[in-house]
Amino acid sequence: MSIDPESMSDSVIDPHLMVRYVPAMGEPLVVMSKVNKHFGDLHVLRDIDLEVGRGEVVILIGPSGSGKSTLCRTINRLETFESGSISIDGKPLPEEGKELAQLRADVGMVFQSFNLFAHKTILENVTLGPIKVRRQSKAEADKRARELLERVGVQAQASKYPAQLSGGQQQRVAIARSLAMSPKVMLFDEPTSALDPEMINEVLDVMVELARSGMTMIVVTHEMGFARKAANRVVFMSDGQIVEQAPPQEFFTTPKTDRAKDFLSKILTH
Amino acid sequence: MIDILTEYNVLGAFVETLKYTVLAAIGSLVIGTLVAVMRVSPIGVLRGLGTFYVTTIRNTPLTLLMVLSILGLAFIVGLQLSEDFNANTFRWAVVMLSVYHAAFVAEALRSGVNTVPTGQAEAARSIGLTFGQSLREVILPQAFRGAIAPLGSTLIALTKNTTVAQVIGGSEAAGLLSTIVENEGSSYGAFLIIALGFVILTLPTGIAFTHLSERLAVRR
Ligand SMILES: Nc1ncnc2c1ncn2[C@@H]1O[C@H](COP(=O)(O)OP(=O)(O)O)[C@@H](O)[C@H]1O
Ligand SMILES: [Mg+2]
Repeated sequence: MSIDPESMSDSVIDPHLMVRYVPAMGEPLVVMSKVNKHFGDLHVLRDIDLEVGRGEVVILIGPSGSGKSTLCRTINRLETFESGSISIDGKPLPEEGKELAQLRADVGMVFQSFNLFAHKTILENVTLGPIKVRRQSKAEADKRARELLERVGVQAQASKYPAQLSGGQQQRVAIARSLAMSPKVMLFDEPTSALDPEMINEVLDVMVELARSGMTMIVVTHEMGFARKAANRVVFMSDGQIVEQAPPQEFFTTPKTDRAKDFLSKILTH
Repeated sequence: MIDILTEYNVLGAFVETLKYTVLAAIGSLVIGTLVAVMRVSPIGVLRGLGTFYVTTIRNTPLTLLMVLSILGLAFIVGLQLSEDFNANTFRWAVVMLSVYHAAFVAEALRSGVNTVPTGQAEAARSIGLTFGQSLREVILPQAFRGAIAPLGSTLIALTKNTTVAQVIGGSEAAGLLSTIVENEGSSYGAFLIIALGFVILTLPTGIAFTHLSERLAVRR
């Protein structure tokens, strides 16, 4: 898959993906505009403007504490925000209640610490949402769950409990659990940061495959290999602001701002 | 001691104790779960009500609640739970035992909820479960498992606290004890028999709950 940097500006979609996916007409899939959020006195998100097109894979990168997790979490309203607006697929985020739950079902989220339901088997973890939220029959949900577990390579663990799996396996199950809801967009908050080094690739491979299949993804990660392989755009955050954005190659080789240069020099020398 | 066992229906009295225990255990579990849900709900008013319930009930002597039920509610307000005198006493005692121990069940469950990492609730919400579904499917099942040990303590306390029903004329083990003391004068024998009866009732509960809390513990 080739990434043409020219086509990456703003919310234009990877031409390779357009072959299989209806190109975004008009509205991008995720639109954040002028989003502001405080934690007490701390201004964690400052006038965030971000648009993510259908099928686009956006990497969020930046120093620890710059607001990457918070940004991700406002998109499905795990965090509230004070001003600005966020819409998904043209619909503004509902405040609360059933409508919000419905919207969250369309937005997958993969956490750093996996957060598999500890008292449910792997299969039940994947089928819970489809059965309770999408009202699928158990048989239908089971069948699809097994397909997804196979897709992420953990079909053999279906009847085990999360604590019996390795971190890498748990994270792949978490991805399958999100996929089971057929989300429009998936958010990943440092999905490989809690993993032992030898397990990072098995998770990244699944994510690369997902990106190639056309999933819209917003990924907080410092894995540059993944960014180079799968991302359309890198968004660099610092102190609650989006400071710079560019296609991966461009961002990693010729960052424009001093803050990005400084940040990259730190992570590249490690 | 043998006389007491042959002349009085000790077994029958303990069966009565057991009836109070089982019914009030169910009652307090239901009320306590509701109160615990109120205490973790996102609605401020409900949270306030839940906290109010726990603080007031926990700080009121059970004896007072018992007397209040019969004197205040049954006789003055006229809230009879049955036409029959004994059945009315029995039902009011069960209600008050339930109401009282519900406060402790709620606290046990809340400590159980605190054993559930926030990530579990976030994952539940992020797949689109509503607040109620998250509670039912994810939080409460784990909270109950994390609360088994304190729930066991509450059940043991409840078993022993059924003796308070005696103050309104409940005919359970303690009621029998006072009858025996009245008729025979106080004797170590009567006390020993009743005390032993309670040990026989509560000891297995303790062992069973310890076993359960280990077996059902959520592995993380
Ligand atoms: N729940 C919270 N309460 C208070 N402060 C928070 C909370 N979550 C995050 N923060 C603070 O907000 C800032 C941004 O955090 P976060 O979005 O987690 O950054 P990042 O993911 O980029 O490391 C940090 O300074 C962090 O300490
Ligand atoms: Mg973070």
